[in-house]
Amino acid sequence: MVGIVIISHSLKAAEGIKEIAQQMGREVPIVAVGGTEDGDLGTDPLAIKEAIESIGETDGVLLLVDLGSAVMNTQLAIDMLQDELQKRVVLCNAPILEGAVVAAVEAAMGHTLAQVKRAAEEAGQMEKLL
Amino acid sequence: MKVNRDQVVAMIEEMAAAMAQNKEYLTELDSAIGDADHGINMDRGFRKVLEKLPPVADKDIGTIFKNVAMSLISAVGGAAGPLYGTFFMQFGKIAAGKEELTASDIGAMLAAGLEGIKQRGKAVVGEKTMVDALEPAVEAYSAAADAGKDLVECLRAAVAAAEDGKKATIPLVAKKGRAHYLGERSVGHQDPGATSAELLLRAMLKVLES
Repeated sequence: MVGIVIISHSLKAAEGIKEIAQQMGREVPIVAVGGTEDGDLGTDPLAIKEAIESIGETDGVLLLVDLGSAVMNTQLAIDMLQDELQKRVVLCNAPILEGAVVAAVEAAMGHTLAQVKRAAEEAGQMEKLL
Repeated sequence: MKVNRDQVVAMIEEMAAAMAQNKEYLTELDSAIGDADHGINMDRGFRKVLEKLPPVADKDIGTIFKNVAMSLISAVGGAAGPLYGTFFMQFGKIAAGKEELTASDIGAMLAAGLEGIKQRGKAVVGEKTMVDALEPAVEAYSAAADAGKDLVECLRAAVAAAEDGKKATIPLVAKKGRAHYLGERSVGHQDPGATSAELLLRAMLKVLES
């Protein structure tokens, strides 16, 4: 099964999004990471790297990020991973909350990393005000 | 003239002092066009650098700069962390195994550091980022070196070019980072990243001039 890492400037936001997504797939490995080392708003590449490694035994890891430096710090975290794991990790261009919910559903269905990523990215086009 | 390990350590301490002194100023610049944390982030990063410096202060200069890079990467929190982290990681690669640096080593370090920042941040000159200060600085250093100037003169030329580059960010529209959400409203403000870049280069120069 594909695992998911939720990366936000705020640990609270990441944990809240994890909670919502987890409801859609209780067995999906989901990790929330956010904030700086001393608890301020921001992102920490070393903490992101550890979060990815903590679910590195899955069939791939999808990374969802919020804004700005979260993207760059996540790319740096990916660069620091072992080659073998690096190949099974992908950063996706999806809205963090909607993307996480859709990804949890897809991962629970046993879909591949590429399928989960595509579905999460398509969540950006979902019509909310039906 | 060469730069020895003690001078390198002094440069890093001077950079940390500059970030502490300009914490409010950088944050004020960032509050106009960003998320008002650049000064706080840079100061937090360099406080971590100082904390981690003593155990490696007697190692080769490459190890010292790699240590600076890792401290910034782990402690800054914003985009400046991976960017300056990459900058000093490149310094560390060029300086690996060295106990002293020549003018040409420092030129190569600055050029590699700039290249690293451009790759990591995918920015080019004119997008209202630290690249606007660093690229002219690298070019000025290299031109001064080619003209046979000594190390201090090369670095002085680099700092002057960085200062001009920093001021030249004022009329620009931001294309990167949090500021680009502001679009045209970013015009009229000096870029905080270009400002911290100039301060860091100036701190290096200050040690050599003293």
